[in-house]
Amino acid sequence: MEFNYNLEGGNFSRAGAASSEVKKLLKQLNVSPALIKRIVIALYEAEVNVVAHAYEGVMNVVFDNQTIRVKITDKGPGIPDIGLAMQEGYSTASPKVREMGFGAGMGLPNMKKNCDSLSIESQVGVGTTVTMITHLQ
Amino acid sequence: MTVKELSEKLNLSICCGAAGLDREIRGGYTSDLLSDVMGNAQEGAVWVTLQTHKNIMAIASLKELAAIVLVKGLQPEEDTAAESENEEIPILSTTLETFDITGQIYQLLHPLP
Repeated sequence: MEFNYNLEGGNFSRAGAASSEVKKLLKQLNVSPALIKRIVIALYEAEVNVVAHAYEGVMNVVFDNQTIRVKITDKGPGIPDIGLAMQEGYSTASPKVREMGFGAGMGLPNMKKNCDSLSIESQVGVGTTVTMITHLQ
Repeated sequence: MTVKELSEKLNLSICCGAAGLDREIRGGYTSDLLSDVMGNAQEGAVWVTLQTHKNIMAIASLKELAAIVLVKGLQPEEDTAAESENEEIPILSTTLETFDITGQIYQLLHPLP
């Protein structure tokens, strides 16, 4: 099964809507609550990253009996140094975004902790693709 | 303890989401960093914060928190309150500062023998 959700850069009032949809879906599919909790953390952080940094994006969710694969592709500034971006506490978020309580440099580390495999591909000035795979069993 | 009992014991005002006052509180979390709450708060927790914007409701809903407590007399923004009503997750407010209200909630949830 495959689902796509559009993400809107800069629109914080919609941040979390796609994650919420996927959460409902996982519940319907009887995925274990513990697993849903992990996946939802990773999804929300990925969604907020698009809202905070990119212009637009798509959250693509594919799953079968064994795994859930979430691919978030955005058009945006890209990440010049992925190693640096992965460091806990490192953030390039704007002061406005930080005031809201985002941009603490915890997003990517939270994603890594809450999926089984995280991969990031990015091209500066073009965009970023984040792929997260989690085994359901 | 339910959200209603907590609000009565600590004299918290109920801003919105009254339909969720029977939610059971299973712990607490105090933080103003959204990713911190997202990553670490437990289901059923009451969340103490000074953030009032709509995203706190997205987190409360995704994490299935019991309620949010705003400190220093802060009130939720209009769209935050609307979302609280939708999700039936109450937002409460106290005139106390974060340290004090967190201590009081902790004492209620972990009474001395």
